Amino acid sequence: MPHLAVNGVRAKYGAHEVLRGISLSIEKGEIAALIGPSGSGKSTVLRALVGLTPITGGHVEIAGETIDYRNANAVRAARDRMAIVFQQYNLFQNMNVMRNVTLAPIKIKHRPKIEVEAEARRILDLVGLGDKHAAYPDQLSGGQQQRVAIARALALQPQILLLDEVTSALDPELVNEVLDTIRRLAREGMTMIIVSHEMAFVREVANKVVFMDRGEIIETGAPKEMFDNPKTDRARDFFGKILRH
Amino acid sequence: MDYRFQYGVVWQNLDALFQGAWLTFQLGTLSFAGGALIGLICAAIIAYGPLLMRLPVHIYVVAITNTPALIQIYFLYYGLPEFGIRLSSEACLLIGLILNAGAYLTLIMRAGFLSVRRTELEAGLVLGMSVVQQIRFIVVPHIAKSIYPALANFFIVILVMGTSIGSIIGVDELTGQAINLSSVNYRWLEYFTVVALIYVVLTFVASIGLALLGRWAFRVRARIF
Amino acid sequence: MERLLEQIPEFFTAANMGLLLEAAYMTLAMTVMGCLIGFGLAFILVYLRQTPGLWALPLRVVCITYVEFFRRIPFLVIVYLVLFFIQALTPNASLFTIAVIAICLYSVAYTADIIRGGLESVPHTQIEAARTMNMSRLQTLIMVVLPQAWPVIIPPAIAFAVSFIKDTALVSQIGVFELAFRGKELNNQGYSGVLVFGTIALCYFILSFPLTLLGQHLEKRLATPRGQRSARKVRRT
Repeated sequence: MPHLAVNGVRAKYGAHEVLRGISLSIEKGEIAALIGPSGSGKSTVLRALVGLTPITGGHVEIAGETIDYRNANAVRAARDRMAIVFQQYNLFQNMNVMRNVTLAPIKIKHRPKIEVEAEARRILDLVGLGDKHAAYPDQLSGGQQQRVAIARALALQPQILLLDEVTSALDPELVNEVLDTIRRLAREGMTMIIVSHEMAFVREVANKVVFMDRGEIIETGAPKEMFDNPKTDRARDFFGKILRH
Repeated sequence: MDYRFQYGVVWQNLDALFQGAWLTFQLGTLSFAGGALIGLICAAIIAYGPLLMRLPVHIYVVAITNTPALIQIYFLYYGLPEFGIRLSSEACLLIGLILNAGAYLTLIMRAGFLSVRRTELEAGLVLGMSVVQQIRFIVVPHIAKSIYPALANFFIVILVMGTSIGSIIGVDELTGQAINLSSVNYRWLEYFTVVALIYVVLTFVASIGLALLGRWAFRVRARIF
Repeated sequence: MERLLEQIPEFFTAANMGLLLEAAYMTLAMTVMGCLIGFGLAFILVYLRQTPGLWALPLRVVCITYVEFFRRIPFLVIVYLVLFFIQALTPNASLFTIAVIAICLYSVAYTADIIRGGLESVPHTQIEAARTMNMSRLQTLIMVVLPQAWPVIIPPAIAFAVSFIKDTALVSQIGVFELAFRGKELNNQGYSGVLVFGTIALCYFILSFPLTLLGQHLEKRLATPRGQRSARKVRRT
């Protein structure tokens, strides 16, 4: 049984249909990468999964359980199992790093404070920010903030981690520290859906690459096949353009 | 509730209320215009004038903005006769509102004045402009767009709040008319609810008018809501 | 002019000053009540106004209508309306109660707008992050949005409080024993208008100027992130 199954999902922004029947499935521990040109709806897929963009058609199953996103309780359950990291980190500006990471586990998941803080320290060490737990977001660099955002997501103990173009807003020299963190997570077997423009990274880390364009999935496959030998014209066009440099 | 509403009387006297509304509008506009002139001059003094001129202006602004308009108008209405000056209620209200508006508008315009960089003014100076010309050709166009929303908002304030104080010293603007008419028929509640609605309509029309004016003249998006 | 100088010793008697002191206290009491109650109720109003869902549309409309209505009519008219309305219901209501109700209706409308402006100044992405972590609307508001909205809310809130002290003068029209009322009374007794209202103006000045200064000081301090952070350290989030 797939960990996550998306079946014919549709979504709209106002009158414009952004997702036109998306179907994909991800096994436990698998890392899927969504790639494609701007406006193809890649980020929207992630946003729909966490209930930020309303789904107008199709359905989503997590570990076999269907989720009705119109039901508030179902959305809460879905958010319980998934954690998302945004392109703009979206750290809570009024709290320091430790509080950012531990707020939800303590207040929402009602886990004991001592346990959560110990785990938070472990996770912050994992992302290389063990000494920054008292810092405020505006005192950190972009790369550091993004790593805190990843730590915050991990502290929620999600089954699936969603990464929405997490390096796109960073200066080039800060990108690698974030990619390293993701590599480490991959080694530890976290199920992930990654939306990214970093093609070399995608090729290295992903088990499955999904190419999207204009709200539809054009082609799916293993990285090696997709990059070296795309089957559809649109995919070939895309890869030809980006891989030239 | 034991009270029977009788709006019939109000309907009959609607024209008196509209006259009051018109007077409200006139008083509001004149007060704003006068206040704006004072505001412009005082803001210019604060921004560019010598200490000797700035001090009285500061005192004026601080004194007016920290005391109620009602007391200022009482001061004129009951105080001026002691110096032999007998003015009508309308004149007292107008003078009081102009002085009051002048102080607040000074603050609004001062913010604008201070946002113009010294270098732009020096450029004007080098071209041989006098201070007045500098204000007219450099400062005003520069700040008009950014302070317009604050000005438009203040106009509504003067129109609605300021003029209603006139009713207390006997001016027949909208609130004054309501009081006059109510004293005759004792239909206070009916008159005042209608008057409240007229104020809402009046300010809406003014807001929309000012927003459109702003959009047309400066391409400013002023708030209506 | 000589008349004014003659009146000074008669005017500044202990009895008169006592009256003025009481009146100043009344003015202050009404301001404080109006602002505190107004702020609390306004907060609830803004929260209700943000209730999502189609079923809440009437509620949202009511909230918006209330604010827009009471912001567009003069405070004096509000005072009269409350007076006549309440007296039609209960002829024996105390003037002070009526004044406080009028004050609260007025202050809620203005404060609600200030609070809403502050809340809307917090980037929507902060709310998105909180919601995806399963924080409820109320939790998001209290733990994430409000702490970041304070620096935007406080300066206009203080400015409103300052203007509010001055607006209470209008309550004198329904006979509440505050400063403007006492002033008019003393003037009616024959004291010079310049003397009386000059003194009353001074009383108002003493009440409102410190608050004006506080507002200016806070506005400067809250303009920088470091200032905001040290202001926030007072409250543990």
